[in-house]
Amino acid sequence: MNADNIILVKAEDLYNEASRLRYDAKQPMDYLRDIVGMDWGEEGLGALYYMECTATGTRMVLKAVTADRDNAFLPSVCNLWKTAKIKEREVFDFFGIRFTGNPDMRRLFLREDWKGYPLRKDYDMNSNPLNMENEENADVTEEYTLMPDGTIKGKENVVFGSEDFVVNIGPQHPSTHGVLRMRTSIDGENIRRIDPILGYIHRGIEKMNESLTYPQTLALTDRLDYLSAHHNRHALCMCIEQAAGIEISERAQYIRTIMDELQRIDSHLLFYSCLVMDMGGLTPFFYGFREREMILDIMEETTGGRLIQNYNVIGGVQADIHPDFQRKVKEFIKHLRSVIKDYHDIFTGNVIARQRLVGVGVLSREDAISLGATGGTGRASGWSNDVRKHHPYAMYDKVDFREITRTEGDSFARYMVRMDEIMESCHIIEQLIDNIPEGEFRVKTKAIIKLPEGNFSTSVESSRGEFGVMLESHGDKYPYRLHYRSTGLPLVDTMDTVCRGQKIADLIAIGGTLDFVIPDIDR
Amino acid sequence: MFDYYNLEPVLMWIHSTMCGLMPEWLAFTIEGIAVGIFIMVMYAVLAIILIYMERKVCAAFQCRIGPDRVGGRGGLLQVPADVIKILTKEIISLKNSDKFLYALAPFLVIMASILTFSCLPWNKGGEILHMNIGIFFVLAASSIGVLGILLAGWSSNSKYTLIGAVRSGAMIISYELSIGLSVLTMVILCGTMDIQEIVAYQENGWNIFKGHLPALMAFVIYLIAGNAEANRAPFDLAEAEQELTAGYHTEYSGMHFGFFYLAEYLNLFITAGIAVTLFLGGWMPLHIAGLEGFNTIMDYIPGVIWFVGKTFFVVFLLMWIRWTFPRLRIDQVLILEWKYLMPLSLLVLVIMTVMKVFGLVF
Repeated sequence: MNADNIILVKAEDLYNEASRLRYDAKQPMDYLRDIVGMDWGEEGLGALYYMECTATGTRMVLKAVTADRDNAFLPSVCNLWKTAKIKEREVFDFFGIRFTGNPDMRRLFLREDWKGYPLRKDYDMNSNPLNMENEENADVTEEYTLMPDGTIKGKENVVFGSEDFVVNIGPQHPSTHGVLRMRTSIDGENIRRIDPILGYIHRGIEKMNESLTYPQTLALTDRLDYLSAHHNRHALCMCIEQAAGIEISERAQYIRTIMDELQRIDSHLLFYSCLVMDMGGLTPFFYGFREREMILDIMEETTGGRLIQNYNVIGGVQADIHPDFQRKVKEFIKHLRSVIKDYHDIFTGNVIARQRLVGVGVLSREDAISLGATGGTGRASGWSNDVRKHHPYAMYDKVDFREITRTEGDSFARYMVRMDEIMESCHIIEQLIDNIPEGEFRVKTKAIIKLPEGNFSTSVESSRGEFGVMLESHGDKYPYRLHYRSTGLPLVDTMDTVCRGQKIADLIAIGGTLDFVIPDIDR
Repeated sequence: MFDYYNLEPVLMWIHSTMCGLMPEWLAFTIEGIAVGIFIMVMYAVLAIILIYMERKVCAAFQCRIGPDRVGGRGGLLQVPADVIKILTKEIISLKNSDKFLYALAPFLVIMASILTFSCLPWNKGGEILHMNIGIFFVLAASSIGVLGILLAGWSSNSKYTLIGAVRSGAMIISYELSIGLSVLTMVILCGTMDIQEIVAYQENGWNIFKGHLPALMAFVIYLIAGNAEANRAPFDLAEAEQELTAGYHTEYSGMHFGFFYLAEYLNLFITAGIAVTLFLGGWMPLHIAGLEGFNTIMDYIPGVIWFVGKTFFVVFLLMWIRWTFPRLRIDQVLILEWKYLMPLSLLVLVIMTVMKVFGLVF
């Protein structure tokens, strides 16, 4: 059993301990993977801090608890990791833990007039009847400071002043790729500040998981980032299998890996299509969709689904591959290799496209790590963060592939990383497709799966970054808490850093290259 | 030569017959109304043809078929059906908009477009508005359109429309310089501002051949600037749908929106039509020196077919550009104009003047 090794720290020591780990000489924990809010009932409220050292790949978990449920306070670590700012807002939103020192303590997903904190175990499900009133967004945030005498002092910070010209990009907007709203303060065409407002399609999946059995929780993963449906479900299946000690067959491992890579190609083709459309080029949009259609057809034959596929299950995969699967995948890769030149001819080499992308929206390596911008976005800034390389799972340690990194960190680098990853994924599939071993595609599992007590976590490289599953089990057939590390939340958080000083048109192009998907943010 | 299709005697005959039947003022009034109706009908028919063409051309570029359900395999009735739909739609009025300007703006845009449209030389003797400063009038009338766009953006009382209108204002006013200068280049070559005389000047060779190098450069500058003037991709930032949903006409509905839409397509046609008039010989047939038989056959084709054919060819070029390039950013659009196109068109103007003075043009 590989339960996570958790270090318990006292709430008041949390900042010092985190700071020591962050600036450790040997192994600086410079990447905060996630903050998972927790309600341990009697023990109190608290949070788990999942962190990683980007140089060595060592992972650690800190646990901080506060016993006072009515006035729960923890020290903020947003000075150490920039991504903590938005993650702490999420914890506050769902658990009501206030973080002293975080300048922005607004709710993140829920309405500002929401009563109670829904992920607490004692939350009354009837306390918020359907509210048809319009929500007014406050222009100020609250900040709490811990005084030396132990009292808490509140202070108000201004998000947008009266002199700001604020334009709403979203929630209904062609280029936000979903129901995302960015309050954007502009000066002429230049962007001064972006404040993302999230939660328009929040479905409370993490809360729902707490009353679902383990096989039932699988059904919701495909609905997170629907362009990484296989990856998400793969991560959750792996987590449950590891915790329950289920060994899956090699055939299933091969199939999962191939499906993951097909899904990645699918997602990156859609990325290409959407990016060029965001920039006003409608013709290349159809190129990407033409090839993506072929992948969906291949997947449909095997899994029965095109977007929501429900393919991975605990113990393997749902069904064996279709007899035509191998032939069609090989034909598709051959076809893709022959048409990818058209993609580059019409867009990559285009003088306008280069003008719009090169040198625009530069994200430095330090910022990428601090903001937790994983995936192609981080790799374009020179941060080698591919989970497939650093923490191999499934067949990834047996195949040969290159991790694409670039150093520029601009929109063009982010675009090229993804275009090159399409070819790497083809390369991975080619190594596996002819060698799928015979055997069971699914091992028998017990009818009722119960996990041993403990905290378990896995991560996979999804289409747009590190997707993580953080699971706490108390020995039941239901998870006590099941949290997903969203790939998109840090990317949306990155928008403000990257877009300041750029033009409105660049905001759209940068949003396209960061490549976030909203249902994954609004879990 | 080739006077078979000259419309002038026919029109004069109609006029004198009518004057014989009624007082001259009444004849003029009736003719004016008839011509007005004729312009409107032509305008609507051309818009339908252009929209259909755009859909089919765009589909061909995008590996699609395009409209193919309504009206047979070719989808010929799709656009008329859309026209009927838009005519029956409600015209909404917004709570905090400036009601008068909001209603006025689409009419300004369409008026500018119709005025310019009336100046096109369709055939020998087939020009509706004929004056000795014709091309100057075209430039002046087309500038009214930007006023409509600015008003539409401002009076809608929305942030998106305002940004779109300001973008459009900055862009169109800039690109009018290049258009004006390249038109001026051709006026110097022809020595006249009268549109019919500009066409007549090209009787023994189109301007693009007669003016060779500077004319060719002026043609390219005109096409780029004209594309910007017509608010089409890659210069469609005024209505950049991925950024501003629909730019200056976001808040318009029904036929008010339809006017903007019509004007956009007709401006495309007008831009191409003026390009044909200035550079490609207007309604003049293609003549190749030395091939008498060929030239005679070309003369038998009516001028109106030449004009429309050439114009649709240029329209196709502009559509090709639209469906290939991504959109520019506002600062890049202005840099392109003020740092490259405008100095270049000034240079072309000087070259053309020098060549004309020293007789280096044909």
